[in-house]
Amino acid sequence: MADLTTNFIGIKSPNPFWLASAPPTDKEYNVVRAFKAGWGGVVWKTLGDGDPVVNVNGPRYGAIHGKDRQLIGLNNIELITDRPLEVNLREIKQVKRDWPDRALVVSLMVPCEEQNWIDILKAVEDTEADGVELNFGCPHGMSERGMGSAVGQVPEYIEMVTRWVKKHSRMPCIVKLTPNITDIRKPAQAAKAGGADAVSLINTINSIVSVDLDAMSPAPMVDGKGAHGGYCGPAVKPIALNMVAEIARDPETHGLPISGIGGVTTWRDAAEFMALGAGSVQVCTAAMTYGFKVVEDMIEGLSDWMDQKGYTSVDQIVGRAVPNASDWQHLNLNYIAKAKINQDLCIECGRCHIACEDTSHQAITNMVDGVRKFEVIDEECVGCNLCVNVCPVENCITMEQMAPGTVDPRTNKVVEEKYANWTTHPNNPMAVQEAAE
Amino acid sequence: MTQTKAGPDIAAGRLPQEAYADNFSDLHPLLEPHEAQVEADRCYFCYDAPCMQACPTSIDIPQFIRQISTGNPTGSAKTIFDQNILGGMCARVCPTETLCEQVCVREVAEGKPVKIGQLQRYATDHYMAENETQPYQRAASTGKKVAVAGAGPAGLACAHRLAMHGHDVTLFDAREKPGGLNEFGIASYKSVDNFAAREVEFVLSIGGIDLKTGMRLGDNLNLADLRASYDAVFLGIGLGGVNALGLDGEDKGGSLDAVDYIANLRQADDLGKLPVGRRVVVIGGGMTAVDIAVQTKLLGAEDVTIAYRRGQDRMNASEYEQHLAQTNGVKIMTWAQPKALVAANGSVTGIELERTRDQDGSLTGTGETVTLEADMVFKAIGQTLVDTDLGGALTLEKGRIVVDADRKTSLDDVWAGGDCVAGGEDLTVAAVEDGKIAAEAINAALSA
Repeated sequence: MADLTTNFIGIKSPNPFWLASAPPTDKEYNVVRAFKAGWGGVVWKTLGDGDPVVNVNGPRYGAIHGKDRQLIGLNNIELITDRPLEVNLREIKQVKRDWPDRALVVSLMVPCEEQNWIDILKAVEDTEADGVELNFGCPHGMSERGMGSAVGQVPEYIEMVTRWVKKHSRMPCIVKLTPNITDIRKPAQAAKAGGADAVSLINTINSIVSVDLDAMSPAPMVDGKGAHGGYCGPAVKPIALNMVAEIARDPETHGLPISGIGGVTTWRDAAEFMALGAGSVQVCTAAMTYGFKVVEDMIEGLSDWMDQKGYTSVDQIVGRAVPNASDWQHLNLNYIAKAKINQDLCIECGRCHIACEDTSHQAITNMVDGVRKFEVIDEECVGCNLCVNVCPVENCITMEQMAPGTVDPRTNKVVEEKYANWTTHPNNPMAVQEAAE
Repeated sequence: MTQTKAGPDIAAGRLPQEAYADNFSDLHPLLEPHEAQVEADRCYFCYDAPCMQACPTSIDIPQFIRQISTGNPTGSAKTIFDQNILGGMCARVCPTETLCEQVCVREVAEGKPVKIGQLQRYATDHYMAENETQPYQRAASTGKKVAVAGAGPAGLACAHRLAMHGHDVTLFDAREKPGGLNEFGIASYKSVDNFAAREVEFVLSIGGIDLKTGMRLGDNLNLADLRASYDAVFLGIGLGGVNALGLDGEDKGGSLDAVDYIANLRQADDLGKLPVGRRVVVIGGGMTAVDIAVQTKLLGAEDVTIAYRRGQDRMNASEYEQHLAQTNGVKIMTWAQPKALVAANGSVTGIELERTRDQDGSLTGTGETVTLEADMVFKAIGQTLVDTDLGGALTLEKGRIVVDADRKTSLDDVWAGGDCVAGGEDLTVAAVEDGKIAAEAINAALSA
């Protein structure tokens, strides 16, 4: 059985599955339940200083559902912990003492004054927690007070605060990034420059999940009005994966440990984040949807998959897909594929045809010899994969690579074996002589 | 259980009173909104969808299902009504398993079609609950007058479409209540809560249709007069006669027409007062045979047998209907044809059946007989057109009115549709299509 033990910037946990800083990690009661269920670690819900914040007393969550109420995306307007700081600190200390083998990281958010950070770091250090995570991501409420994503959107502030934290604390420091920014590499670079041990991402995405068309207000509403909130859950995973990969690929931040966050719902999601460079993953929505038990299959599924693939420890998978995460300009333009429809599997819904006919390349028939039949016209197929994606039957349509030396009937050109990309293409006014891989 | 009574055992109130409501409740209750959403989501929105091709009225099924899915059940219902103004009844009675749902790609792929019929009902019921009238406006009056004989599915569909085009329609029906087989023929559990009557009201709410009941062609109405007084005539008169078994003793008590009994059942205020035999034999293999068999069983008959002269695969009743009969405890006896009615004291006591077999494609009696005891024997072997009602003015084929693709008869100003025409499918939905096509043809003729 594969070893799931994780050592993330010196913080050890029995598996890479941590609960993200969020409602599930706001109290000893929840965290103890999570540890009993098998979670490898938690990032305690963000602590602030001064008087506790207050939350709205109406709905804090909104959601996007599938037709069978499958929760696809979740939006929240909850703030950082609204419990007294000393209560949280006392519970953190107790939990760490009772569960020494689990990772316990404390999320922090205080105003951008050095003294505030000095004070809170001292208090956290006293709990013997494993590390701190700087919440520079929360996009609602706290950002209006100059914290959360208001800091995360200014790389200079990230660097400044991170530097304070490293200066005044011996604890490992993770900087949690907001996705509500143009180029995620910039705040990651700033965190690294400030001495961060790792970054974690993504925090939630600014969003309005829906509009109540009767009340003419964003929903959910608090007394007739709605505020933008933070979007998370399965819907955000692709955005998160890209941002994780961007940081993993960037020469300036390559190798910087990453804790992956954003819609992790299954062991496979976790494996994907890890393959793109995440050394641990953080989960929230899946737990908030189904309860803590979901971690059982995350652990078992990841382990089974690793066994199947011959991986014996998690560090063997972390970053393994990063070398293949490329830029468009480096994709091989001499690779030619054609869609192929398996007629035995085809149920003749015609979606591939109409998608291709109306919106793409007119490369799929709907009738052959007077009979309803869907076949790819190789002379027209550009290999775009749209039909594969709209087909309701898995593996019914596949993309088949054309062997080098054969003739592409669309272009009447011989498929070349040699790799060639846009950087050397004659149509590229910036073309160079040799393709750079 | 042994029979102790000397006479035939025919009695009302065989069941506790509350059992009737249960037994005759909705066969497929209306989908809940969430159920409808989930079911609608199963539809793949096929291109040139096979279901739409299979629908006799060509309802844009993927479109109406998508409209349910998008939260637009009103638009969904309009999509249905555009092609089939009796979409509500068709949703209840269509043999979808041999029409749209049979060709649904999910039926082909996984044996579980999208529940098109139930979704159609969801949309149409929604519309009818939310709206007082049907959704169409009459065109400006053309001043043309059209007589429609028969207020069943064909006549109603025709009258509605003609009214849309601005013609003045007089809709005649032989009975005191309109609706035809929807009102008097459909099995009770398929059309609960007086739906047939509500739907007629819905259809007529377009205006411009003058309903006259108790007017029967061949009785107090004749085709020649209609042709003289109206610019066009549509006949949707159904089949007024019932095929006889051709056996001695058909006039005996307990020997009954299934359609008459079902009509009584449909109009009964209290099913507990409807007498039913303890042992029932139904002769036939179509929908009517199943309808009478199941309903007598639900009324408390102890032993109900459908006797059909060929194999089960040849029955006109769909496979679904056959299963419905069997799950309700009806026995289906195949390869048996009626030979003689057994009677005593003026009442049927049983029926003698002869075993049959298929010999080189033709049905042959084997000589072997079996006698089933019966308190009631129902004939459900088809209905016939009573030609004399038409005064012999129209060309017939196999006893039904010959029509062309426009549903025009051999007379230039007379159209016909529904069960009374030759080559039809004897389905509500086919009757609606006939009425619709005829109305368009009449409109074209009157506008020329």
